[in-house]
Amino acid sequence: MKLKNLALLFAAGVMALSMSACGAKTDEQNAAGSQEISESSQQDDSADTQKVITNTEGKLIWATNAEFPPYEFRGDDGKVTGIDAEIAQYIGDQLGLEVEVEDMNFDSIVAAVQSGKADLGIAGMTIEEDRLASVNFSIPYVNAGQVIIVKNDSDIKSAQDLANKTIGVQLGTTGDSYVTDNIENSTPERYNKGFEAVQALIQDKVDAVVIDGEPAKSYVKANEGAIKILDEQLTEEEYAIAVNKDNESLLNAVNSILTEMKDNGKITEISNKYLNSGDTADEETNEEANEETETQIEQTDEE
Amino acid sequence: MNWFYNLETKIMLLNLEDFKARFILNFIKKNRWQYITRGLRLTVEITIFALILGLILGSLAAVIRSSYDLTHTKKCSGLSQKIYQFILSVLNIICKIYLTVIRGTPSVVQLLIIYFVIFGDVAVDKVFVAVVAFGINSGAYVAEIIRSGIMSVDKGQFEAGRSLGFGYFSTMRYIILPQAVKNILPALGNEFIVLLKETSISGYIALEDLTKGADIIRSRTYDAFMPLIAIALIYLAMVMLLSWAVGILERRLRRDER
Repeated sequence: MKLKNLALLFAAGVMALSMSACGAKTDEQNAAGSQEISESSQQDDSADTQKVITNTEGKLIWATNAEFPPYEFRGDDGKVTGIDAEIAQYIGDQLGLEVEVEDMNFDSIVAAVQSGKADLGIAGMTIEEDRLASVNFSIPYVNAGQVIIVKNDSDIKSAQDLANKTIGVQLGTTGDSYVTDNIENSTPERYNKGFEAVQALIQDKVDAVVIDGEPAKSYVKANEGAIKILDEQLTEEEYAIAVNKDNESLLNAVNSILTEMKDNGKITEISNKYLNSGDTADEETNEEANEETETQIEQTDEE
Repeated sequence: MNWFYNLETKIMLLNLEDFKARFILNFIKKNRWQYITRGLRLTVEITIFALILGLILGSLAAVIRSSYDLTHTKKCSGLSQKIYQFILSVLNIICKIYLTVIRGTPSVVQLLIIYFVIFGDVAVDKVFVAVVAFGINSGAYVAEIIRSGIMSVDKGQFEAGRSLGFGYFSTMRYIILPQAVKNILPALGNEFIVLLKETSISGYIALEDLTKGADIIRSRTYDAFMPLIAIALIYLAMVMLLSWAVGILERRLRRDER
């Protein structure tokens, strides 16, 4: 009986190995297939976007964490929407690919792009050294920064006051690594979602929250009167799109499309649409937000 | 097909140099191993206290439920006995609700409710929240296990105890429970193992347990293999240790048998 099992196991192992060899072959075939597809769709596109290979034929899968308003969030219809969603759609349209979103935890996005489960990571993601070791980044498309949210009656007035405090962050975000590495004796509490950190702040479970500026505005708006953003910005950073290291062609295509979007004002247009559409129609703050955005959006070419 | 392709890369991982480099990146650099050790301590802490709380809650519920089951059909004459039966049936209903609600909802949801709703407006120690959540959760399962143990002891044993002059509780204490415990030990050990593994959801309330520790490393190094396999091995070792201990206990208790 035992011997038989062993033999079976061995046979299974041999099969798996031989099939892995076949797998590699079919993978190449797949790649060849998708190459053909993109070549045929390339006719109506600009010359820069040639030979784009994606992991699934004819599809552009982008990974995000749809809890990051206004960049990505679940719209009223339950679909992932936001600035990044529109940028992804635009890129997909330009490449003639069907766009599909994968909504996952923020800390899994880079791994998903790296392992080929997604083609692009578009999630308000900052270009960071650690991340560059695993994926390539496109040219930046938006300027952003980390801000501090505190309760209205908090005694935290600046970044210096954060020392020895309990600080809520979202796991794997720039705010997380910044607090972990740079703020003395602080205790970072790493929530899976940004809004959970904010909720913990409102419930007095943490003293402050460090998170990206734009979502911070959305959170403060949703909890008006209870929390506020400190004027002092912790970091200056740039959002970019993560692309698999082995996929040069897609990176180049994304870069040229982003450049085009900056030149024809598409990014500014998309950003303004979301940064202005608040439920509370406070026109003054809307105008302020508008001006801020315009200064924030990248107008110059990086390369 | 992609899966098989990945398998190949995974076999390549056995390349020693690469393995070493990734080990250093994931555990040595920036003292990242501390996420694992601190997480392990927290996981053990939560498991032990939740286990104790679960045993207490479970035994209470089990005794109430089985006392009710054993006595509610009996006819009673005196007023005090009637009051006693009434109280018991009320307690039985409460226990039934407890079991239904706890066993009918996912433990992640229970944990989040306890943290964000029940302790919603107070700053509360998160370890305490986790112990309460997992203790209450485990208690519901332990209750049914213990009840099955009590019910499995022959009715004659109970009657024999009572006719020898033992009261209800001393019969339970000296005659029924020792036999019941022996019967349920495997099932109880199983529940402890489930509890230990279930604490891996503590990360939902930003507790840095073993699983969250690996998640944090993963979010820094973007390497899934090293931290996940490491904690999987640690969990496995802990579970093996636990089943070994339960096995010893089982053998001890069986020593007086023929």
